[in-house]
Amino acid sequence: MKNTALTETHIALGAKMVPFAGYNMPVQYEGVNIEHETVRNAVGVFDVSHMGEFLIEGPHGLELIQKVTSNDASKLTVGKAQYSCLPNDNGGIIDDLIVYRVKEETYLLVVNASNIEKDWNWIESKNDVGATMRDLSEDYSLLAIQGPKAVEAMQSLTSHDLSEIKFYNFVVGDFAGIEHVIISATGYTGSGGFEIYCKNNEVKQVWDKVMEAGADFGIKPIGLAARDTLRLEMGYCLYGNDIDDTTSPFEAGLGWITKFTKTFTNSDKLSEEKKRVLRRKLIAFELDDKGIPRSGYDIVDSNGELIGKVTSGTMSPSLKKGIGLGYVAPAFSDFGSKINIQIRKNAVPATVVKLPFYKG
Amino acid sequence: MNIPSELKYTKDHEWVKLEGDVATVGITDFAQSELGDIVYVEVETVDETLEADEVFGTVEAVKTVSDLFLPVAGEIIEFNEALEDEPETVNTDPYGNGWMIKVKCSDVSQVDGLMSSDEYKELVGA
Repeated sequence: MKNTALTETHIALGAKMVPFAGYNMPVQYEGVNIEHETVRNAVGVFDVSHMGEFLIEGPHGLELIQKVTSNDASKLTVGKAQYSCLPNDNGGIIDDLIVYRVKEETYLLVVNASNIEKDWNWIESKNDVGATMRDLSEDYSLLAIQGPKAVEAMQSLTSHDLSEIKFYNFVVGDFAGIEHVIISATGYTGSGGFEIYCKNNEVKQVWDKVMEAGADFGIKPIGLAARDTLRLEMGYCLYGNDIDDTTSPFEAGLGWITKFTKTFTNSDKLSEEKKRVLRRKLIAFELDDKGIPRSGYDIVDSNGELIGKVTSGTMSPSLKKGIGLGYVAPAFSDFGSKINIQIRKNAVPATVVKLPFYKG
Repeated sequence: MNIPSELKYTKDHEWVKLEGDVATVGITDFAQSELGDIVYVEVETVDETLEADEVFGTVEAVKTVSDLFLPVAGEIIEFNEALEDEPETVNTDPYGNGWMIKVKCSDVSQVDGLMSSDEYKELVGA
């Protein structure tokens, strides 16, 4: 199992460590609910260095990215990022990712830790255009500093005006005494903040300065358990749960990152699918009664007939009720539709709702 | 780790307190600490008579669902309904207000067969 450059730091902070995507990662420090609240109301810092980073460079870099991703990367100017996915040949999704345009001919692709090897091999197999590819996953660390107080708490660490960095924009600059750090206004929580990319040998200094600068703002380290409840309250998809090799971008509600302004893997079939009625749709639901939906639970109609499956579920720390995502037949996908989640012996009533669950 | 000497324990990290023929059952300090923030306790077996080791309910933490096993055979006569609204009491007071059920024992001698606090300490390495 791999460690991040901060594993010792997490252990010293009393984190409960778990294996995740081949890495020894902190799942929680103080407790998931307090960590969740800290990000919603103040600021928290996550070590998410397990994420993978690929550099795609050269005069044909964009061409390769356009071939393998669903979103239109030609729209990116230097300093902008976009959410995208890697479609496969069979209508499914190899991974979801963020594409950053770092320089004119340099792009950074940030992928899920569990898919690093699969993604790399796939993209490399499509690289008949002569783009330069480098896998930086083992050399780079990633900290997510998230929460409504992130801008104010971190401003003293950089000469850049953090309040000027718009959502899905980034700068490369000084941060916590380190040069050439990517300061990106992105995240997986819905509470605002930054993601910071730096080298492994720099991240301890960055972590320590972040904790120090955030002390007056109540900063806490946040584990993967709260990362999951935070993303789920926003309805952000988690690869392996809500999207995978068998789910189409349209079924998953990712039509907005599937652009037919270019051709890409399977784009012909996907553009046909867009015109057809979907087989199933990813919906968000809230339980009307007590209980907690979990991944894999059946979704049934009022007669107890199977109509779908839960893909993510939790007790929402903000809403104090059971929330989840799942795939159902389109007939049950309208907002306000009544469905039931089979929790052990009980079919617990639930309502299909609009995302996000957490509205701030 | 808090392991009161007057209670009996199971390998499933439950505690039992016997008063007359009624056993009060909850989960141990070790169990609540391992589970983390408890967000739901479900017991739908009140008025049922179950054998020892049968599932009498479920405790859910944010990331996990765990079955609750009945330490001794008997009729489940009461569920601590306060846990419906405040399941976190199991974290804050596992041996007190965080109790889960009361069981009318079919055979009180089964309680004697459970672990002592010293044996339980050894089990969890406390």
